[in-house]
Amino acid sequence: MTLLITIPLDAAALAVGSDDVAAAFKAAAGRRKVTLDVIRTGSRGLYWLEPLVEVETPAGRVAYGPVTPADAEDLLTALLADGAHTLRLGPTEEIPWLKRQTRLTFARCGIVDPRSLEDYRAHGGGKGLEKALSLGPDAIVEEVAQSGLRGRGGAGFPTGIKWRTVAQTQSEQKYIVCNADEGDSGTFADRMIMEGDPFVLIEGMAIAGIATAATKGYVYIRSEYPHAVAAMEAAIVAARRGGLLGERVGGSSFAFDLEVRVGAGAYVCGEETSLLDSLEGKRGQVRAKPPLPAHKGLFGRPTVINNVLSFASVPIILDKGAAFYRDFGMGRSRGTMPIQLAGNIKHGGLFETAFGITLGELVDDIGGGTRTGRPVRAVQVGGPLGAYFPRALFDTPFDYEAFTARDGLIGHGGIVVFDDTVDMAKQARFAMEFCAIESCGKCTPCRVGSTRGMEVIDHIVRNENRAANIELLEDLCHTLKFGSLCALGGFTPYPVMSALTYFPEDFGAPSRLQAAE
Amino acid sequence: MSLKTAQVPWNKEVALERIRGCLDRDGPLLPILHALQEEFGYIDEAAEPLIAEALNITRAEVHGVVTFYHDFRHAPAGRHVLKLCRAEACQAAGGDPLAARAEARLGVQMGTTAPDGSVTLEPVYCLGLCAVAPSAMLDGRVVGRLDQERLDALLTEAQR
Repeated sequence: MTLLITIPLDAAALAVGSDDVAAAFKAAAGRRKVTLDVIRTGSRGLYWLEPLVEVETPAGRVAYGPVTPADAEDLLTALLADGAHTLRLGPTEEIPWLKRQTRLTFARCGIVDPRSLEDYRAHGGGKGLEKALSLGPDAIVEEVAQSGLRGRGGAGFPTGIKWRTVAQTQSEQKYIVCNADEGDSGTFADRMIMEGDPFVLIEGMAIAGIATAATKGYVYIRSEYPHAVAAMEAAIVAARRGGLLGERVGGSSFAFDLEVRVGAGAYVCGEETSLLDSLEGKRGQVRAKPPLPAHKGLFGRPTVINNVLSFASVPIILDKGAAFYRDFGMGRSRGTMPIQLAGNIKHGGLFETAFGITLGELVDDIGGGTRTGRPVRAVQVGGPLGAYFPRALFDTPFDYEAFTARDGLIGHGGIVVFDDTVDMAKQARFAMEFCAIESCGKCTPCRVGSTRGMEVIDHIVRNENRAANIELLEDLCHTLKFGSLCALGGFTPYPVMSALTYFPEDFGAPSRLQAAE
Repeated sequence: MSLKTAQVPWNKEVALERIRGCLDRDGPLLPILHALQEEFGYIDEAAEPLIAEALNITRAEVHGVVTFYHDFRHAPAGRHVLKLCRAEACQAAGGDPLAARAEARLGVQMGTTAPDGSVTLEPVYCLGLCAVAPSAMLDGRVVGRLDQERLDALLTEAQR
């Protein structure tokens, strides 16, 4: 009898010992002369259960976790018998946290072997490209536009409109660029896709190439993600061999090829125009728009630049049709969003669901509150440039417009949970400090304003000229918001002002100081 | 980005070879700098004129790029490089006291190398391991769910 188990090689699973668990299983099987196949997959995204080990059974995969190397011997005994074990979580697909999700973009992540194009195809991969080739460029663009897909990097710009602009711009050379510079703290969905289902990204980019007559693509991955870099490079080689990339994509007359480029630790390169400059070999400084990248992008050529999740959502949109995707969601936020629950949270991980779920449901119900067991005091949504929301705003639905209406943003879909020990003045100061560290230096509000912002917050906390300094901070934030070239300077006021607005007691408000005396 | 830790001393011929190896790529400057850092562990100032000549750009332009990106070192790192995530998700999960502990135990400030050359301690702003925070990376190996005990084990390893 051959036993088939899956153990993730996703970086976050590796970080909690999945390699050691895999080695322990192989050793245990060797000692008993049991034939054991260990397939290394991506992660299912239930990170508090990692390392999660799944075993293939006639009724589907059954999950066990979190597994340590010391459990391997014992667990192997259980798997060879009836499967009963204290770590048994039941059939993976029936785990409530996973069952509640709508996995469209992440349909295969954690299930397939990311190194196998055959496995990808066996699980429905490649159908989007097939459909795209039968539709032709114009109809592909129309389908993406009709799906309502908006840029998943954070800006939420309609993907179809971007593609149409590039398709309609004449040029001998056009480019497809994937922004995989996922720098927002609290986000890891791009990393999971690249490590767990890299072919879906390749397929999405190839479809974009066909739609816009672009023949060359780049995946710009941050250097902090060495595992994703290796996974993408291996997948590109396999995709060329399997006809997903190359002179004749999917056997068609369309040519498309990809290259991985590695960033160098600059957060601002997640901004699309800085990313393009970085790809060109320059300092990653923001460009003024216009011209739009769709007109003059990489090397001055028309360029589609989208986030990993945007491209990775395209194959299923083509495969199942625009209406299928559009039917999920609310208002102008259509489809599903891979939401990432992080920080001090009990059940952290990847939760893909239709837009419209409330922040409170995500944090309390799905996330299970804090890991420390203390009350949730604040959550930061949308990365370092996202607002801090107090419990009073937990009724906000996960929707681009609903967050904007409350001076927040969903960004790339990361939610970082803090308990009641957090010092919100420190977080506000950190937002300014981060902006100062990462500013590309091109525009003055961001370059200078961020450092001045730290100083002003220090004055406020020390209760020096309190009223005047609060007014000054508000004024400075106003200047950053409306005077900066890009979202780094433009959005840093969100965490700062939300912290000050909702948690004034942390900024040395007089009542608190007196109480302490 | 390299996972390699044992680097060779600066050598002009090797540098030229690595530079030439990237010239067939469009926009080759970042790949060149990564290749040099992988080889030598840092970007030697002597590399800048070589790159400038190979790409037909000014030395100032090369220097501007080298100094823009946090990744590129201007001096060799320690034998080990320990990166501690200092971003919000790790802060929320108790990363601040761990960072302070690492600085105290190693006797170095964040962003500097121990005098005995054993370890360089660097802040990193997000490793994408935010659901298993706090996290770190030691010579390319990722570690999550850091607590005092796990951190101390890493520090001991880094001091070797």
